[in-house]
Amino acid sequence: MCGTCGCVNENGVTILTPDHTHRHDPQQDHGHRHDHKHRHDHGHHQHPKHSHSHRHHHGQNGNHSPNPSRTLDLTQSVLAKNDRLAERNRGYFLAKNLLVLNVISSPGSGKTTLLQATAQNVGLPCGVVVGDLETDNDAQRFRAGGIPSIQITTGTLCHLEADMVLTAAQHLDLEAIQLLIIENVGNLVCPAAYDLGETLRVVLLSTTEGEDKPLKYPTLFKSADVVLLTKLDIGEAVGFDQATALANVQAINPTATIFPVSAKTGVGMGEWYAYLQSQRVGIGDLA
Amino acid sequence: MAETLAIALRNAEAQNVRQIHRLTMAIGAASGVVPDALQFAFDVATQGTIAENAELAIETIPVTCQCPQCQTQFSPPDWIYECPTCQTLVSQTLTGREIQLKSLEVS
Repeated sequence: MCGTCGCVNENGVTILTPDHTHRHDPQQDHGHRHDHKHRHDHGHHQHPKHSHSHRHHHGQNGNHSPNPSRTLDLTQSVLAKNDRLAERNRGYFLAKNLLVLNVISSPGSGKTTLLQATAQNVGLPCGVVVGDLETDNDAQRFRAGGIPSIQITTGTLCHLEADMVLTAAQHLDLEAIQLLIIENVGNLVCPAAYDLGETLRVVLLSTTEGEDKPLKYPTLFKSADVVLLTKLDIGEAVGFDQATALANVQAINPTATIFPVSAKTGVGMGEWYAYLQSQRVGIGDLA
Repeated sequence: MAETLAIALRNAEAQNVRQIHRLTMAIGAASGVVPDALQFAFDVATQGTIAENAELAIETIPVTCQCPQCQTQFSPPDWIYECPTCQTLVSQTLTGREIQLKSLEVS
């Protein structure tokens, strides 16, 4: 169940490769990559504030109530586990010299079209991990364009988490690519809270969604490294006020890099590709 | 919520707890968490566990920022984090993004 909205992961997560289906059931222990029990032990040792009351001995003496109420002081981050796994992903991706994008937007904002154009034209060998509730339609769209891609279907879960992304990414030939694009589940709320170990978080705002979207979903827009204003080609038809939209993004997130683009006409896409290439150069230098 | 409950149950089990009566969370005002949704999820997730019928107490942690230009610390009144001293727009927060399990009242 999601820490933010309470959506449930009841059907388990499935990773759909071109050849076979891989069930990813978080309740099941299947191999070293998902040894949840192991990590739980660490959690126990990391918290020195942990209370070690032994009042039950008094209860056994019969001097007190057998069930006295007491307080356990824990103070720990609920997302600590995902955050740890995300940091592990970040190290792993860095070791593979990968620039990794976590792309987040509303459903229907043009993510897949934009990312198809990006993967084909950016000038970096590219792989894609796609998250959706159901179907591998998006992964098929990428593969039809010759781009290696893996689909994660999350069932009823509204966001991707770090461990799912690592498992899915390892189905791609990571030695053969330089840019890994993670297309998150279409949702502007919960994905904001889940670090996947990305290099850059990219948030899309399409012209059809209205200029005030950043003010309505500030948590996500505040977490963005890059904001892409998409579907610029139909902005005029829908009465999109680009200056207001830019001002709203900048008010919420003054450090975000912003690119107004149209994947359809190619407007602004050259600047976006050049930016990605420059970001990848930095990672290659670390090797 | 499942993760919150898992942490709670794990700690309770280690302490031979029979019943969790109250679970206190600290939620940052800019964490993206909706307390009503959390309450709903809590009631569903605790069914059939030693936390069933427990009370969920939520403490809100306000957003605080420090201006990188003039070092003023402030609590922004809304989602636009503008420094009240020099009007610089600030990205980083000192507090307000937490999603924490603080304590359990148990027996």
